[in-house]
Amino acid sequence: MKIHEYQAKELFKQYSVKVPESILCEKREDIEKTIKSMKMPVVIKAQVHSGARGKAGGVKLAQDYISAIKTANEILSMELKSSQAGIKKVNKILIEEAVNIDKELYLSLTFDRAKEGISLIISTQGGMEIEEVAKTSPDKILTQLIDNNFNPMQTVKKLGFSEEINNQICEIINNLYRLTLEKDATLVEINPLVITKDNEVIAIDAKINFDDNAIFRHEDILSLKDESEENPYELEAQKYGLNYIKLDGTIGCMVNGAGLAMATMDVIKLSGKEAANFLDVGGGASSEKIEKAFKLLISDKNLEAVFINIFGGILRCDFLAEGVKNAIKTLNVKVPVIVRMEGTNKEKGAEILNNSGLKFKVVKDLKEATEVIKNI
Amino acid sequence: MSIFINKDTTLIVQGITGKEGSFHAQSCLEYGTKLLGGVTPNKGGTKILDKNVYNSVKEAVKELNPDASMIFVPAKFAAGAIIEAAEAGIKLIVCITEGIPIYDMFEAKRAVKLNGARLIGPNCPGLITPEESKIGIMPSSIHKKGCVGVVSRSGTLTYEAVYQLTQLGIGQTTCIGIGGDPIIGTNFIDVLKAFQDDPETKAICMIGEIGGSAEEEAAEFIKDYVKKPVVSFIAGLSAPEGKRMGHAGAIISGGKGTAASKMAALSSSGVRVCKNPADLGITIKEALI
Repeated sequence: MKIHEYQAKELFKQYSVKVPESILCEKREDIEKTIKSMKMPVVIKAQVHSGARGKAGGVKLAQDYISAIKTANEILSMELKSSQAGIKKVNKILIEEAVNIDKELYLSLTFDRAKEGISLIISTQGGMEIEEVAKTSPDKILTQLIDNNFNPMQTVKKLGFSEEINNQICEIINNLYRLTLEKDATLVEINPLVITKDNEVIAIDAKINFDDNAIFRHEDILSLKDESEENPYELEAQKYGLNYIKLDGTIGCMVNGAGLAMATMDVIKLSGKEAANFLDVGGGASSEKIEKAFKLLISDKNLEAVFINIFGGILRCDFLAEGVKNAIKTLNVKVPVIVRMEGTNKEKGAEILNNSGLKFKVVKDLKEATEVIKNI
Repeated sequence: MSIFINKDTTLIVQGITGKEGSFHAQSCLEYGTKLLGGVTPNKGGTKILDKNVYNSVKEAVKELNPDASMIFVPAKFAAGAIIEAAEAGIKLIVCITEGIPIYDMFEAKRAVKLNGARLIGPNCPGLITPEESKIGIMPSSIHKKGCVGVVSRSGTLTYEAVYQLTQLGIGQTTCIGIGGDPIIGTNFIDVLKAFQDDPETKAICMIGEIGGSAEEEAAEFIKDYVKKPVVSFIAGLSAPEGKRMGHAGAIISGGKGTAASKMAALSSSGVRVCKNPADLGITIKEALI
């Protein structure tokens, strides 16, 4: 789960990590009053879940009240690309007092899959995307796995700053490590972390991602979720416990199991088409759940066809067929529906579909499915 | 021969009185697995499937001394259940549960290692040695005894591969789902090594997916160690970047973990990589000739 910068900064404050003075603004009528209560210059920052806000014009510096008010008004109504919801209107801006920057660093704590631990990544090349730095000057990035012998000073010393600065950076690392473990964060990133001309170390950006599997024990974090950042189809699917991701293609698909669902998308691609979605209905789906899933699928206006690919293990093919039949009966489905069913009760399932009076194209295996989709 | 389990492997089930636990325990029992009993806290002294239920793994181990435990405990408590099994001295722990918090698995893996146990999963369908023993949730009927070792990060996609093999009259030594989470107990390399060392396994079917670098590491290992033919499919060639495709571990991030990169690594190690999952069975058949 992702949260906004302003929310991440509130968490930083709770963990004694310094951030600049800032005020969140959601209404146009509050802009002027808010800005006049702050010290100039300020930075106006769009609050959307996106990695490239700066490049898209969603982060701007303003030197005086007049330009700050103008910029804030511009950013609050602009449209930015959001990582999940597509193009999205900016609903919230963070107005932040600018700091006197001497140096910019990059610092993150991240779940390191290969090492099966949490790694500290720190670089003197702050402000740039870390992936870029990794490509152009990998020697400028220090990575250290946090294990029992970890001492942040050993890594931080290598940056070549004064002891006063090093101590501040180490304290930030220790505090963020505590945050990472206590809140089940999979990424805590500050880019840039700045050293001011007064020798203070301050986080002027903040990004935190959390482990979705651990959200159940963090109600405080769950309450930070911004539903407007989610794809509406995906939100709807979550309500029914369906694993659904909206994609850009024209072949809707419904599959049980994540691996088979991905493989089904691949089959569609090999047929020269693109999947309209990823949808895993799960192992033990009831016919009601299947019906819901099918309705969601068919609500996509760009569909050319639907491909249902079920390998019935725990999920029984007759349940699937019943659900699909009920959904199609109540909806006006105009696109062809291709069904491939294998496994538990497949004969019963086929019987239900065949006796439904509705038109299905039943295929016997993935090979045939590839051919049929090719010829749509 | 087979790997990890055979007809003599004895089993307990943690979470045996739950809906999923009891359903699959019964299915394993019917398949011929030597199910000895189960564990559910506060249900000790009761019976299910005519087997004794114990309050703790420790008690069950004292009475039954099983080789393996299969875990159906809810995600919140599953890492604790793994630790309990490892500390009680169980040597093969198969965790079916999906949705365990990542950092809980740090501790669980430590306990498994410390006690010299093997963990399969979590978030996996388990494993089966056809016509001998099943410790998992896969549909029994699609499997057939034979000479192909199957290892996969997925559940239903594994069934797909196994089904194609069985349809072609090709059986399996052991089929293992290693799980779709970012942190798992047994990885591709562990299983590939076991298949290479197993004289009855003549070919290996390896099914990977996007996310992480396990397939790339497996490719390196295959180059150096595996002499048997390996056939592979990697799911997610059409998956977009930055989206978690169902499995917690199936995500391309920062351009890393793509299917293309995994396919290239495996191909360069001499693995026959299928682009279409429909070709898995037939490619293995060709590899066996």
